[in-house]
Amino acid sequence: MIETVAKLVDTTLCIGCKACEVACQEWNDQEFTTGVFRNTYQTLPDLAPNFWNLIKFSEHDINGEQHWLMAKYQCMHCADAGCIKACPAPGAIVRRPNGIVDFVHENCIGCGYCITGCPFDVPRLSPKTRKVYKCTLCSDRVAAGLEPACIKTCPTNCLTFGSRNDLKFLAEKRAEELRKDGLANAGVYDGPGVGGTNVLYVLKHADRPQDYGLPKDPRIPWTVSLWKGPLKWLGNTVFFGGLLAALVHYIKVGPKEAHDEAEN
Amino acid sequence: MASLAATFGRGAMTNGWTDVVNADVILVMGGNPAENHPVGFRFVMEARRRRKAKLVSIDPRFNRTAAVSDCYVPMRAGTDIAFLGGLIHYALENKLYHADYIKLHTNASFLVKEGFGFENGHFSGWNAEKKTYDRSTWQYESDGQGFAKVDPTLEHPRCVFQLMRKHYERYTPEAVANIAGCSAGEFNRAAAIICSTGRPDKSGTILYALGWTQHSHAVQLIHTAAMLQLLLGNVGVPGGGVNAQRGHANIKGSTDMGSWNNLPGYLRLPRANHTSLDEFLKANTPKPLRPNSMNYWSNTPKFMTSLLKAYYGRHAARKNGFGYHNLPKIGESDNNSWGFFFDRMHKGSIEGFLSFGMNPVANGPNTPKMLDALSKLKWMIVVENFETETAAFWNAKKLGEKYYSSFIDPAGIQTEVFLLPAACFAEKDGAFVNSSRWLQWKSAAVPPPGEAKPDQEIIARLFLKVRELYEKEGGKAPQPLLQMSWDYANPLSPSLEEVAREVNGRDLAGKQLNGFGELKDDGSTACGNWIYCGSWPEAGNMMARRGQEDPTGLGLFPNYAWSWPANRRILYNRAASDAGGKGWDPQRTSIRWDGVRWTGDTPDYKADAKPSDFGAFIMLPEGVAKLFAADLLEGPFPEHYEPAESPVPNPLHKEVSSNPLASVFQGALDKLGSAKDYPYVAITYRLTEHFHYWTKHMHASGELQSNFFVEVPEELAREKGIKGGDFVRVTSARGSVEGPALVTRRIRPLKVEGKTIYQIGIPIHWGFVGRVRGPLVNNLTPSVYDPNSGTPEYKGFLVNLEKV
Repeated sequence: MIETVAKLVDTTLCIGCKACEVACQEWNDQEFTTGVFRNTYQTLPDLAPNFWNLIKFSEHDINGEQHWLMAKYQCMHCADAGCIKACPAPGAIVRRPNGIVDFVHENCIGCGYCITGCPFDVPRLSPKTRKVYKCTLCSDRVAAGLEPACIKTCPTNCLTFGSRNDLKFLAEKRAEELRKDGLANAGVYDGPGVGGTNVLYVLKHADRPQDYGLPKDPRIPWTVSLWKGPLKWLGNTVFFGGLLAALVHYIKVGPKEAHDEAEN
Repeated sequence: MASLAATFGRGAMTNGWTDVVNADVILVMGGNPAENHPVGFRFVMEARRRRKAKLVSIDPRFNRTAAVSDCYVPMRAGTDIAFLGGLIHYALENKLYHADYIKLHTNASFLVKEGFGFENGHFSGWNAEKKTYDRSTWQYESDGQGFAKVDPTLEHPRCVFQLMRKHYERYTPEAVANIAGCSAGEFNRAAAIICSTGRPDKSGTILYALGWTQHSHAVQLIHTAAMLQLLLGNVGVPGGGVNAQRGHANIKGSTDMGSWNNLPGYLRLPRANHTSLDEFLKANTPKPLRPNSMNYWSNTPKFMTSLLKAYYGRHAARKNGFGYHNLPKIGESDNNSWGFFFDRMHKGSIEGFLSFGMNPVANGPNTPKMLDALSKLKWMIVVENFETETAAFWNAKKLGEKYYSSFIDPAGIQTEVFLLPAACFAEKDGAFVNSSRWLQWKSAAVPPPGEAKPDQEIIARLFLKVRELYEKEGGKAPQPLLQMSWDYANPLSPSLEEVAREVNGRDLAGKQLNGFGELKDDGSTACGNWIYCGSWPEAGNMMARRGQEDPTGLGLFPNYAWSWPANRRILYNRAASDAGGKGWDPQRTSIRWDGVRWTGDTPDYKADAKPSDFGAFIMLPEGVAKLFAADLLEGPFPEHYEPAESPVPNPLHKEVSSNPLASVFQGALDKLGSAKDYPYVAITYRLTEHFHYWTKHMHASGELQSNFFVEVPEELAREKGIKGGDFVRVTSARGSVEGPALVTRRIRPLKVEGKTIYQIGIPIHWGFVGRVRGPLVNNLTPSVYDPNSGTPEYKGFLVNLEKV
């Protein structure tokens, strides 16, 4: 059996150096652009179609002490993935045998339902290509036996890659150590509402994940759960209705020009 | 580096990056390694993870390092000596120091001459007219045979220990709080953690960088830190030390090789009054001050003769002083450091300037003065990967827009500028020397693009051409060039392997030397840098080794690259053991005495000498480390002096507020401002996304942190009606910069002498050439320098702030 892989982010060791951001951009051949100043050290306000790994910086007072929290944000590769549930296009979002939730762009119809389905607000629709993008957990590198680019580059060992079971054990052990060391609220973030996430976090203040930019209780929106649950038939009707509309559009307008790809 | 050499004997990081994992307490002050040394910072994080080490961060800003620390204390820029002096006081008052250690391994017991004292901001011997010290009262009391008198009980009122106690009596937690602007409670909390390492079974390290070196009293500051570590018994010990983090990949190498103010291997520069080799050696070979001092610098004649032999080869013989007359000499009391050099250029007494891998217009203080200085030259050669502000200085009026509108038009500048494209680090081989003194050999990854050439080829071509002109046309002093040894397979482009072998040294038969123990003063050995001797013996290139064995389990990795001196990983490692050679903490010593030999790391000691034979600090004439260092110019004990521009007069002595010996220039462009016009304290620093002024030519850094900004405390912003992103103008007596404000709670207002003091943070990186552009922050900084090291005061100068 292929083991489920995961990524562990130990935020107590993150120094916000952004090496993971650069590694992600470089490995995925994403363009670098000049940013606009927004009163923060954070690179961009949010994830973007061409920016899949963002360290969120935020300042908080917790128990009277000043904190500058930094935590890497990206696709969580949920066990119960809202994006897969919401996606109407067959084969556009797939779960690899190792647990990675991957987008297959030739099947993506750009409807953006996955964005509604994601409790972490991760997928981003590119207005240029009309496809949706997010972190792939470097499924290409992992398939070749390599660790994801962000893990490879992290200088402080804040990031670890491995089997989910092993990392869950390590994370709980680390949280236990931190609690023994006087950090009473240290704990592991593993999104129970989505059946667990394949990106695990060790947080000093696990009682306040929202301070790190993580939703407190991530859940797939009920509309999406209904859509793929009891109301699946309705979804299918709408989906095939959509396909029918596309067919009508094709007959009327003609094929989408696709020679771009051939040139590449 | 100047300070560590005076205190311990060598100007270098005492331990090393990989050793930080052995620390129980890590004090980060005058540095922000999470921001500026993120890769080295992994060892800090490992220490925290493996042994629950406590991380203490003391800084004007709650920075990236503070964000992951256990204890953060804010402070006013330029008050580090007050803070560290307070820690010395705290350790002494609360008896937290390692008494046996300081008796055995420091000059605590040495008696100082009668007449030494400190009053109203001056040490004894101050000459107000000449503004210098007569240092004769700062010397040890002699026993009549040339050795210093000692009192092992440390009770004599004139022993260093008692004098030190008296000097720091004034540095109470309340006095520190009043100067530095934190609260006494915050100081005490940090002091309790830091001084907990005075026990034999605990060790603490100090990591610092340019936040300490860039002050007008920087060398004294670092001496204070070294004193604290000695008191706590933290020097020579794994997980201890005073660890300078160097900012460039090879800045350590360039210091070692003498590109600053020394000859290779920290041999001193010959001065005009040293007219012969014998006179030079007499002035620079110290005599032992205690009977058991190894006094390793007594070998100076061997190091110097071998260096001259490497320079002048067959032209170097005993009868001509081994070619010593060929070496350029500086004036008897001349200072050739950065500030003085550019001041001379500014006054028009320098004709030409070669700038290699250096961008003085951007990184020198007081940009308007730098621009003016370059315009006084006849010619300048800039060797660089990119066009820099220095290469384009003649066009500053146009490129720099409003900032240099009063600068001369290009038509009025006579300086002829040559920009030579150089290969970058990845396009050539050679060794990098890192902060830990590791010489790490690398291979070229790709060939240089276009017409770019490696530096050694550019230097060789220039040298050979100039020599040819001397041969043809003669000149005032042709000998230094004509006699220079230049035996390379391709003289136009010496390979770095050939150069590295030459630096290591060889005997007359051409056999590579194994170490500096083999050097001779009779001309039978040639060696380009004695401290690198052993890096390329007959066995081959030790720098290229990548062995990952760790036999001691302390993270020394003796087979990884090669570390100077003699592949020693922890300097002064003899000090980790007591008089009998037993480790203060037997679990934590990198060398062990087995009754016959010292085993483990390369001992910083004679390998087969008994523990009682010599003092542990073999490079110093005292044989022990110096709490009291008479060779520092402003005093043997560090004293808190305010920065040259300060918001308050020195609370300890108002009349002698800032360093009386700081190098301050008096030209029309060397202006200093006062708190009345410029009420806020400013500091400059780099960001993790950038590398100096270099990455503004690169795409990635452009996206990660594209914009210049000014960090402003929330309270000050509210007072001035400034919101995050609003444009502000920061002005000093020298110039101004404009950019958006980053309004933050991470810079706290401080209370100093009852006044509220605001600090402003200004990151450097931008300039008027490159992909991302912005103002040069050094428009603001003062041309004021530390008198010992010549480093400019970039931390803690005065500015005003307005909303634009």
